[in-house]
Amino acid sequence: MADGSALSASLDLLAYSPPGWGANLLRGLGNTVLIALGAYGVGMFLGTLGAFGKLYGGPLTRDLLGLYTTLVRAIPELVLILILYFAVTDLVNQALLSMGYERIQISGVAAGIMVLGVVQGAYATEVLRGAIQSVPAGQIEAARAMGMSPLLVAWRITLPLMLPAAIPGMANLWMIVTKDTALLAVVGFNELVQESRQAAGTTKAFFTFFMAAGVLFLAMSLVSNQVFARIEAWASKGTKRGGI
Amino acid sequence: MTLAERIRAHMPLRRWVLAGLGLGIIAYCVLALNWSWLQTPKYQGMIVQGVWNTIWILGVTMVLGFILAIPIGFVQAAGPWYLARPAQAFCTVIRGTPLLLQLWLLYYGLGSLFPLYPWIRESDLWPILRQAWPYAVLALTLSVAGYEGEVMRGAFKGVPQGQLEAARAFGMSRWGVFRRIWLPQAVARVLPTIGGETVLQMKSTPLVATITVIDIYAVASRVRQDTFIIYEPLLLLALVYLIIAGVIVALFAWFESRLPKRTA
Repeated sequence: MADGSALSASLDLLAYSPPGWGANLLRGLGNTVLIALGAYGVGMFLGTLGAFGKLYGGPLTRDLLGLYTTLVRAIPELVLILILYFAVTDLVNQALLSMGYERIQISGVAAGIMVLGVVQGAYATEVLRGAIQSVPAGQIEAARAMGMSPLLVAWRITLPLMLPAAIPGMANLWMIVTKDTALLAVVGFNELVQESRQAAGTTKAFFTFFMAAGVLFLAMSLVSNQVFARIEAWASKGTKRGGI
Repeated sequence: MTLAERIRAHMPLRRWVLAGLGLGIIAYCVLALNWSWLQTPKYQGMIVQGVWNTIWILGVTMVLGFILAIPIGFVQAAGPWYLARPAQAFCTVIRGTPLLLQLWLLYYGLGSLFPLYPWIRESDLWPILRQAWPYAVLALTLSVAGYEGEVMRGAFKGVPQGQLEAARAFGMSRWGVFRRIWLPQAVARVLPTIGGETVLQMKSTPLVATITVIDIYAVASRVRQDTFIIYEPLLLLALVYLIIAGVIVALFAWFESRLPKRTA
């Protein structure tokens, strides 16, 4: 099985141009990265709002945010993706119909970004909340005493000071979102795992293509690790390490 | 505090309003949506079977995965390089690739490889290897082992050196130190996180439906295909997972409350 001819046959299958499937895999990788980046952005935005809301919002805001994070963290992503995908498509279409427009088909990329973003937002809320709490209260009090508005305090003091504490958690969330894009394969979206399954199903070379997809995912996570290590070093400039 | 006071402290007016709204939404879902399929005995049986499959897969893979994670974490924390390096590579690969991909690689990959060898087909294991659930259990177990292996590495490293030296000074053997001091203290460190990890693992179990294992997710998909009802099976699914997650959290909270706490 594992002799030279099998290896070169595998490499032929992975060639960039047809009959190789390399181009398909790379297109899938592109979609994966696109959705991951989009969902991560949406998640960070929701997470920042959620974290500030949970810490400084009124009691009702806090209760609602608690409901959001609890539900999202207890229901499998796969189920949430299906529910949100159908519900949102339905709602948008009903709104369009009631305003006299035609039904539209929501693109897979948009739906994927939206759904994974909402899931990420719940986890990001908790990560950022913990990071905000790690900012010494005295810093914030001092900024308020200087007469800064709450937004200015957040922008100048809280956000920069919480970064070193937030980055390990945010790096973790990035790893999770890149892997969660695979779930969109189940609803038929052409990201990396789905592309490799199609290639594998056609050629019956399951090992070759799933291994290739795995290598691409691993490469992505190793590169991301390097990038986040850089970011962490940059964000924790000026903080004391070790000691008190 | 009397009961009435306790209720007032936990349930200010806004929470009553929220609870009322929630009950209203639930009542609407129960009354206005189509739940007739729930009365079919065929689906009732499938739902019970599906929930049971989800639960046993979750339990078995958590236990097996954790047992595997102990040596994987230990050799990374204190083992020689020729054991530590492979264990580290294993954790990196498991944590760096999607579980869905690992599952499909094992099921379709191994599943297409095994029939090529006559001695596997003739062995007594073949009737088991032809089914889907061994691959589901294997993939989910390896996933737990990878993630928890990393956690256990930190836990083993976190046990203070003085504890181990004291145990050696008492004349315990190396195995005795490991069994009586090192392992229990490392496990005690990770216990508070295991409840959360179990919920995460529960959230991964519906993936096994993609390789034809009939868990509760597969049952709901089946109902949706048969009846063309879109939302109701999904809502039932969400409810089932919420209940399982609640039970897991409550179980671990109860379990943790029974553990002795250090007071100093």
